[in-house]
Amino acid sequence: MELVKQNNPQKVVRATKRKKKLSTDHMMALAFLLPSFILIVIFVYGFIGWTGYVSLSNWNSLVPDFSFVGLKNYLYLFGDFRFQADLRNTLFFTILFIGLVIIFGLTLAILLDQKIKGESVFRNLFFFPMALSFVVTGVVWQWLLNPSTGVNLFLKTFGIQPKWYTDTTILAGFKWGQIEFGLPVAMIAVGIAAVWQMTGFSLAMYIAGLRGIPDETREAARMDGATELQIYWKVILPQLRPITVSVIIIMAHISLKIFDLIYSMTGPGANFVTDVPGVYMFETTFRGNYYANGAAIAIIMLLSVAIFMVPYLIRSRKGEA
Amino acid sequence: MVLRSISKPLIYVLLIAVSIFFLMPIYVLIITSLKPLEEITLSNMWKLPSVLDMSSYSEAFSKLAPNLMNSFYLVIPATILSAMLGAMSGYVLSKWKFKGSEILFTLMLFGMFIPYQSILIPLIQFLREVGLYNTILGLILVHVVYGIPIATLMFRNFYVNIPDEMIESAQIDGANFLGVFRHIMIPLSISGFVVVAIWQFTNIWNEFLFAVTITTSDQQPVMVALQNLSGSQIVQWNVQMAGALLAALPTLIVYILLGKYFVKGLLAGSVKG
Repeated sequence: MELVKQNNPQKVVRATKRKKKLSTDHMMALAFLLPSFILIVIFVYGFIGWTGYVSLSNWNSLVPDFSFVGLKNYLYLFGDFRFQADLRNTLFFTILFIGLVIIFGLTLAILLDQKIKGESVFRNLFFFPMALSFVVTGVVWQWLLNPSTGVNLFLKTFGIQPKWYTDTTILAGFKWGQIEFGLPVAMIAVGIAAVWQMTGFSLAMYIAGLRGIPDETREAARMDGATELQIYWKVILPQLRPITVSVIIIMAHISLKIFDLIYSMTGPGANFVTDVPGVYMFETTFRGNYYANGAAIAIIMLLSVAIFMVPYLIRSRKGEA
Repeated sequence: MVLRSISKPLIYVLLIAVSIFFLMPIYVLIITSLKPLEEITLSNMWKLPSVLDMSSYSEAFSKLAPNLMNSFYLVIPATILSAMLGAMSGYVLSKWKFKGSEILFTLMLFGMFIPYQSILIPLIQFLREVGLYNTILGLILVHVVYGIPIATLMFRNFYVNIPDEMIESAQIDGANFLGVFRHIMIPLSISGFVVVAIWQFTNIWNEFLFAVTITTSDQQPVMVALQNLSGSQIVQWNVQMAGALLAALPTLIVYILLGKYFVKGLLAGSVKG
């Protein structure tokens, strides 16, 4: 492996002069990088390959059975009531979650941008759930949204008593495959907890973005006679677009692999109204010993993340170079 | 500055309303954990406790203490090791670039975003083979390995900003690869180490999927033990809330003391740089 330090033509001259020393440097550089590289190759790419192999095998009991069955496990899953429900739940949860996190994060960032007193107090308050575990969040919100107590004690005065995560209603549902396709009301409850935890992320991103916009930009727009609202709508928001893209991608990958929050808050739920692939994979693999099915779920999860993560990574890395 | 003249009070009202939403779970968590069990009824969830009762804390602590220790045994070495590996590979990938190093870096980064379910089955087979299944050592290994991408990213982005001239002049003075790393890169990246360490500490402490699948009972970190509290017979809400607070305390303290670095880590994870 040839090590070339970029943008440095003198290096070549020096390299010939001090060949011996630089070649030990090369060896050292290799020794620094190699452990990480090998670990990633094995534990990420090798293991993904192995999971893919398991997903095509017949290993659906305690005893490993690697006989090849093709796409049988995938076909089973796509016809399975529970997995269809998972896909539906993930879809609506992702839309709800990303939408709310962006609206909340952006609104709060703009409000905090108004040179208000106590800005840092508010900021730290909105950030702190990020430091908590999804398990803690799940445990607390499970109680807050318990239909017979929690926030319902307040809502009683308005005469509404939502059933939150125990609600099995599917909004605007119609029969599709095995399932009722539509927004599962119970997922809204999970969404509230997730938004509570993750809004801090988009807020931090938007605050960083707003700080990156020079005051002159706003001044110039103001000179041109733009109202303050127009400045935000026409000048600032378009500049924040790359940030919105990053937030969407990062939140989407969190949403697609979500497990701990739902596992600790609701579990799969009645009729699987709060089930997601992450929970199904865990239960079917480690509680039911359906390893090949679990591997197939895992591969589907991976593909769903990779579809937009890979282009994002490539673009993000190219943009930097 | 924007809507100042028109609606400053409105802004405060909005911010305070959102603050209440953010604090509500913490309020419930604290007051519930301080109530005696008989005072915990569905209807007086929001009421302050009539007497301060710390017994739920002693009960939660006696149940969680071994697992809290497990978490510390796990988090401290895993954090240090992954920061070291990240600094090493970040140094090479920023200052000793070679043909294909950018592609290699992108390939490493992908490891940060995979759903860990997609490596879990082989991982557990592997840990069983080498005798590390159901051990804290096994969990340390797992967190070090899967922490490499984010730690590398953070250090690489940090090191890119150290001017090449500094390294060149050190090399002219006779410093070799290791000398540059020890005398220039490490001293200049102390705050980078803090960011990475806090990020890894928080993430590994809070992690659940590896913890619940790789360890059982007495080897389990605190988050699994907390989750198990709710699974046991009748849910004692006061004990569970006290447990949640105990389990969250280390990361909360880190956040309160070093929140600035935590947010830096948060932003670094979005891959720009």
